[in-house]
Amino acid sequence: MSLATDMTDTVKTPGAIDGGNVVEVRNVTKFYDGDIHALDSVDLGFPAGQMTTLLGPSGCGKTTMLKIIAGLLEPTSGEIFVNGKQVTGPGPERAFVFQDFALLPWATVLRNVAFGLELRGDSKAEREEIGRHYIAEVGLSGFEQKYPHELSGGMRQRVGLARALAVNADVLLMDEPFSAVDEQTRRKFQEDLLHLLSAEKKSVIFVTHSIEEAVYVSDQIVLLSPRPGRIHSTIRPDIDRGISPDDIRRDKNYLDTVETIWQDLRKYLD
Amino acid sequence: MKILGYRIPAAASLLIWGVLWEIVGRSGTVFILPPLSDVLSALVELVERSSFQTAALETLESFAIGMTVAIIGGVALGFLMGRNAAANNVLGMWVNIMASAPLSSLVPVLMLLFGLGQLTIVVTVILFSIWIIALDTYAGVRHISTSLDEMAKSFSASSWQLLTKVLFWAALPEILAGIRIGLIRAVKGIVIGQLLISVVALGRLFRTFSDNFQFENFWALTLILFVFALGFSSVLGWLEHKVEYYAGSRI
Amino acid sequence: MTTSSATGDLPRAPGRSPAFLPTKAAWYRILSVVGLFVIWQIAALIPISPAFPTFTSTIVAFYEMVADGRMIFAYADTLKPLLIGVAISAGFGILLGISMGLNRLFQWFWEPIFVVMQAAPVAALIPLITYVYGLGLTAKVVAVVILAAPIIVLNSYKAVSNASPNLIQMCASFQGTRLQQIWKVIIPNAAPVMFAGLRLGIAGGFIGVILAELLITPTGVGDLITFHRSRADYAEMYAAVLSVMTFSALTVGLLERAEINFFRPEKKKGR
Repeated sequence: MSLATDMTDTVKTPGAIDGGNVVEVRNVTKFYDGDIHALDSVDLGFPAGQMTTLLGPSGCGKTTMLKIIAGLLEPTSGEIFVNGKQVTGPGPERAFVFQDFALLPWATVLRNVAFGLELRGDSKAEREEIGRHYIAEVGLSGFEQKYPHELSGGMRQRVGLARALAVNADVLLMDEPFSAVDEQTRRKFQEDLLHLLSAEKKSVIFVTHSIEEAVYVSDQIVLLSPRPGRIHSTIRPDIDRGISPDDIRRDKNYLDTVETIWQDLRKYLD
Repeated sequence: MKILGYRIPAAASLLIWGVLWEIVGRSGTVFILPPLSDVLSALVELVERSSFQTAALETLESFAIGMTVAIIGGVALGFLMGRNAAANNVLGMWVNIMASAPLSSLVPVLMLLFGLGQLTIVVTVILFSIWIIALDTYAGVRHISTSLDEMAKSFSASSWQLLTKVLFWAALPEILAGIRIGLIRAVKGIVIGQLLISVVALGRLFRTFSDNFQFENFWALTLILFVFALGFSSVLGWLEHKVEYYAGSRI
Repeated sequence: MTTSSATGDLPRAPGRSPAFLPTKAAWYRILSVVGLFVIWQIAALIPISPAFPTFTSTIVAFYEMVADGRMIFAYADTLKPLLIGVAISAGFGILLGISMGLNRLFQWFWEPIFVVMQAAPVAALIPLITYVYGLGLTAKVVAVVILAAPIIVLNSYKAVSNASPNLIQMCASFQGTRLQQIWKVIIPNAAPVMFAGLRLGIAGGFIGVILAELLITPTGVGDLITFHRSRADYAEMYAAVLSVMTFSALTVGLLERAEINFFRPEKKKGR
């Protein structure tokens, strides 16, 4: 992880420090335009090497939280620590996967995937090699020279994921990555994502409004309440990841957790 | 734009341009450019002259007749093209070509065919504005979602009802945008037409002013036309804004 | 004033497909061209006006004018101020537009003046130009610039200031510098609209150059029109007018195709 060498000494090997938090959110409050209260003194820890989901109804500030962690938005007050070091803007230890993919329409899949490396100033040969590797990882080999408009929604998001993986950040920040993808593609993508991440040993912060998706993919779920966003509760689903995806979806613990969360959240709908 | 915490309105920079104009005009470096203050006082005087009033009325009349024809014709043409594939195939190409053609070259032909009077000006107004109105209407009609169409049919709307109660309103934002651009083009057309004919209405005034080095009057007349064009497009822009709320949601 | 006037991206009837195959639509188009010429011919034979030559005599006149070189010399004369004027407008217009899109102060200072120039009938100023720039090439170049530049400036500005905020945020999330953001995201993102502005600028320049040739001094195609009108050679005069319309339609059409090929891969059909 050459990228993380300039981090503080609290980190040995990023992604491998079990028990430690790779990202810490301390007392973060966010107002938009001075009067819309999006987040209210949120304290959160994201365990290294794990998948944490921010879940909540629309308007609970989950995307705001994610963009603050990414350094794309500034909190009104509060601090963000990544690998023990305070951050105030985007950094190489975090990579973002966008809800609407944010692919460059004029660039090929290969250039899109390697775009983070291009901005970093890597040589063309180097970044194309890394790009091709991650294109293969997400299952898009053969599409290197295609343009985004020639791909389906699911494939476009795979490009977005490969682009985030290519910069080899410790933390992946995913903002409702599957919301613009149809249901079948979405399930397959969730399975592939879990498979891929178990090999890559990344810490992931995942935003979704789908309870099933949150329970299916997460090690830890943070429930946010709406207006202003506060932490409602934190849940660690007790699901055996060893069994097949189809068995998980029929697993009793899985179904119970989904039900518990639904009961918790439904009161915000009235 | 904010300076020292104060909001400066967008058009305020025009004041700076006005001051610059005054300074350059007073310095006398550009002899065709008299100071703005002189132009404004010439403007006040000009508006009171009967020669101007006659010319302006004549121009307004041509403009109103031409625009009425262009709006009715353009909207009808746009609907025809939008709802009928054959009509679109036959007419679409010509409408597209005419919308970006250098129509200034056509004015001499119009002068031959329609004489050196008001009729030529009216035809010029129509030619400058009708195509863009038709194209915008066409775009509006094509953007109407099929389900809206099917909804009306499912309630057994007659085709007249479909047209007047659904399609027209659904295409209205684009139609208004087309009319606004058509109006701007028509003002340009009327100026080009009258400059080229140069014996009628404002064209004659322009001719007289520039031939007799009366630059204050020339600029005053130009300013009136500018204000007229901007005023018209602002009114239409405001109307457009009122229906904008559903323009964006359809696309 | 809302955006569509300045962006000027004309909604297009799907009349011109890129394929040359005689599809059904293409037959319709051929039919409509032939139909128009037949109507023209009949109208001229009636005749609806003594100053309305037949289509055939116009075409014959056109061939004669091309054959003896008159047409070609005239176009050389007309295109010179047009090309110089468009080049100047494009050069400074795109630069100014981009700086307006990137810098609030620039935008505040320049935008209103160009909005006025875009909406107002600036053609009225052409008679004044002669007093400053004389009767030569310069005056015609200025006429082209005042008609072509506003749309180019405004389109470049709108394109840059409407650059996708998502892509800009994406660039920021990968720690792109401001220069990288402008060069790798904002400008490529704005390129199609800027090119469309160029196309509209050329269309405006055509109007300007013909107007200048008719109003200032008769040269080029404008001279062909005025000269033949004064001698009542209506077939020649119509041939000149028809050639201008055709020439401009072809130029604009080619630019449009170039735009789709180079900047809008998503609009290309087939593949």
